[in-house]
Amino acid sequence: MSLLTVEGLSKSFKGLRAVDDVSFEVEQGAILGIIGPNGAGKTTAFNLIAGAIKPDAGTVTLDGKDITGHPPHKIAAAGMARTFQLMRPFYSMDVLQNVTVAVLAGGASEKSARDQAAGIIERIGLSQWRDSPTEGLPTAALKRLELARALAIKPRVLLLDEVLAGLVPAEREPVLGLLEELRTQDGVTLVFVEHIMAAVMRLSDSVLVLNLGQVLTQGSPQEVTSDPRVIEAYLGEEPSA
Amino acid sequence: MTTTTQPAAATKALPKLPWSRHLLVTAVLAVVLIPLPMLLDPAAEAVAIRVLLFAIMSISWNIMSGFGGLFSFGHAAFFGIGAYSTAWLQVEKGVSPWIGMAVGVVIAALFALVMGVLALRYKLKGAYFALVTLAFAEMLRLWATNSDLVNRAVGYHVPLRPEESWWWMQFAPDSANYFFIALGLMILGLLVSILFLRSRAGQFALAARDDDEASAALGIPVVRYKVLTMMVSAALMATAGTLYLQYYLFIDPDLAFGSAMSIQAILPAVIGGVATIWGPVIGAVVLGPLTDITATLLRNPPPFLDFLAGRGGLDVVVYGILLVIIILVLPKGIYGALRDRWSRR
Amino acid sequence: MTSQPMVADQETRTPTPSAWWARLPWLRIGIVLAAVVAAIVLAYLRSGSTVVVTQAVVTGILIGGVYGLVAMGLTLIFGVLDIVNFAHGSFLAIALFLSYYLVAGMGMHPYLALLIVLPAMFLLGALVQRFVLAGAMGKPLENQLLITLGISLVIENSLLLFFGANPRSVSLPGDQGVAILGAVAELSRILAFVGALVLAGLLFLLLRRTSLGTAIRAVAANDAGAQMVGIDTRWIYMLTFAIGTACAGAAGVLVAPLVTIEPVTGALFNIIAFVVVVLGGMGNVVGALLGGLVVGLAEQLGALLLPGQSPLLVVFIVFVLVLLLRPQGLFGRSGS
Ligand SMILES: Nc1ncnc2c1ncn2[C@@H]1O[C@H](COP(=O)(O)OP(=O)(O)O)[C@@H](O)[C@H]1O
Ligand SMILES: [Mg+2]
Repeated sequence: MSLLTVEGLSKSFKGLRAVDDVSFEVEQGAILGIIGPNGAGKTTAFNLIAGAIKPDAGTVTLDGKDITGHPPHKIAAAGMARTFQLMRPFYSMDVLQNVTVAVLAGGASEKSARDQAAGIIERIGLSQWRDSPTEGLPTAALKRLELARALAIKPRVLLLDEVLAGLVPAEREPVLGLLEELRTQDGVTLVFVEHIMAAVMRLSDSVLVLNLGQVLTQGSPQEVTSDPRVIEAYLGEEPSA
Repeated sequence: MTTTTQPAAATKALPKLPWSRHLLVTAVLAVVLIPLPMLLDPAAEAVAIRVLLFAIMSISWNIMSGFGGLFSFGHAAFFGIGAYSTAWLQVEKGVSPWIGMAVGVVIAALFALVMGVLALRYKLKGAYFALVTLAFAEMLRLWATNSDLVNRAVGYHVPLRPEESWWWMQFAPDSANYFFIALGLMILGLLVSILFLRSRAGQFALAARDDDEASAALGIPVVRYKVLTMMVSAALMATAGTLYLQYYLFIDPDLAFGSAMSIQAILPAVIGGVATIWGPVIGAVVLGPLTDITATLLRNPPPFLDFLAGRGGLDVVVYGILLVIIILVLPKGIYGALRDRWSRR
Repeated sequence: MTSQPMVADQETRTPTPSAWWARLPWLRIGIVLAAVVAAIVLAYLRSGSTVVVTQAVVTGILIGGVYGLVAMGLTLIFGVLDIVNFAHGSFLAIALFLSYYLVAGMGMHPYLALLIVLPAMFLLGALVQRFVLAGAMGKPLENQLLITLGISLVIENSLLLFFGANPRSVSLPGDQGVAILGAVAELSRILAFVGALVLAGLLFLLLRRTSLGTAIRAVAANDAGAQMVGIDTRWIYMLTFAIGTACAGAAGVLVAPLVTIEPVTGALFNIIAFVVVVLGGMGNVVGALLGGLVVGLAEQLGALLLPGQSPLLVVFIVFVLVLLLRPQGLFGRSGS
């Protein structure tokens, strides 16, 4: 049985169908890439799945349990973490405190939380920034902080919204390596939205293409990238890589 | 999850946390202040007690509005609940103010629970939240003013006892014991602040203040911890109500629930530094003596202020001017500004 | 970069070309009217006297018009400057004392005082905005709230300092009870209502029909955009605050014959104005006038519904209910 099932998910904003009857499944330990032009509804889909906004229709099932419309903190507690495309650090805290709070939220004891947080920071490659306030951090560090906080709650499913955006190619490689390791070592199931096709090709078992809120197609990375409809949907978009 | 093995030597030592330093300062403060009554004349001791009272109130406000980010414009509600619970139990039922204080603490916390659940369930923020707190305090004031249960607008006088008594929290007017009780409550307030912030709940409250969506996405039940923060703050504020009643021996609805009391809880924290442990204390030390300084000035005004002789209100004018200046010039307050300067070195 | 910011679901206040009355939320106005009628019926059932209820309704509507005028100034300031102005009521208190001195000290007719108080309050508002508030524009809401709180403390207690706490009053020559719609109301109360409506109408025309009004509405809708089309937003901020303060000043002159004049009178109007503003929808000028009437009625009928309690208690209950259930206000354009 698949770990995450999304069925017929829909959401309109004042008549605009931002997400329109979207369905997909993700197996335990799989990696699903989601691509689509800007405004396709990818972030909105994440918001619906993670409970940040309530869907107009459709269901979200995590490990057999219906979590549709549950409050976000319950969904997180059920094992699903997400990152924000527009980074949302806790501004009054430094990087270590940001991650420590997340570790605590994941249920760790107050004693061990800081050590665990430091470990995660090390693993994500944020050590250089560990004791810095979040204000004024470069995008690359903030993106990784998003990832570090999400990992800190030890999720089974991780929703990543453009974690590579804003990173120069040299900075992407360690993050990609980490994501692969998350799957192989930690057994985390990944759903990630990404514009950088090289990353999508390398990581995804399967790729879902959204356009104008709807699923355009889903398939292996090769199938999807050779699909003329996908190419058409991206026409007019400047190539990103 | 398994962490990749890494050389331990590469890891920097974790920075020290500030809590033990804060606790140490609190302890030193307590020890240094205990002998103070021996050095002060009665008038100065009255000022010291007012400073402590301001500090307790503002430490409380700072927990909810500084650390919790929930701007309270009606903290008098909790103060009044403390004062009135104590007064009612003592005058009508002959119950010790210590028990009255405990009851006040519980009722204030429950009141905060109701208010918090209502306001946060409906997602009120910013000005709307502040206005709800104001409305609740005003409703209590209006209710008390017209309710036979609590003696209407007349309020309560604490019956005078023939001799000093700890049980009745009543001493000679210049007794050092009032000072000790006030000091004890302020130290308690500081400990509550520090320990709450250090705790899991306090950390969650801070996170929820900084960004509630990001907090919720990590599994933090944001509303629960915000309400908890309000309850802690309300409980502390209620003790100030009891202290006020026992020291000044009188309470009425306007004093207890009026916006002047809410403002007195706000000012020291804002002037000393919002969302800092020591800001409210520093602000109280600055503001507390002002009333006496201005009162002395107006009792014997310099010639050019002759026409103001015997008038009141100058102290609050000065409060107001200080408030405006601080917000415009030192928006982080005195302590906040000093701390920034030190840490930049 | 390709990332696209999520648009927050905010009410946008873009001026649209259709007639203003066509955009009023008639359904919700109907519901509010129904609630008012229900309250009137209930009040009748409780008191058992038509005279008493009629008197309450008439008094409520008359004072409600003045509340509306006070609140229009406050809501205008909120809509344009995004400031929650806690000093609004204290400006009204200044106007009360000014008219007291013009009337009692210099023998001026109470309504002629308007000719002096209105420009004086306008000027004071402009100065306060320019020299105190301008420094805090765009700062967090709490800071602005605290600054205006500071201003109100200074004003109220300066009044206390200079004039003392003893209550004063202004009387209107020839003031007497007038029979109106089966009730009796003082002439001064009726004139205050009429005056408030006239001034509210003038303010409305100013906002709708003049180029200054267009500029003010443009800044309210989108200050960055307004600046781009060449509007001097700082100038508009100052003028708007001055106009809003003048509204409080005008209301002060109009109610001077009706209230006891003390430094704390302003605080009472301040709280009521906030209730009205929230009821009408923050930033909604027409809503403020309607909200004023609702609060005036709630206050008077509340006294009948909860005898022995302060009439304001009902006002606050309505306030909290509206804050919780419909914080965008009873008359705001639909938000969600
Ligand atoms: N809260 C919102 N209110 C109104 N419209 C929104 C909101 N969030 C997203 N949208 C709209 O929904 C569409 C999809 O947006 P989004 O999910 O952010 O796209 P993507 O992440 O694929 O770039 C866009 O047209 C966007 O403007
Ligand atoms: Mg997006």
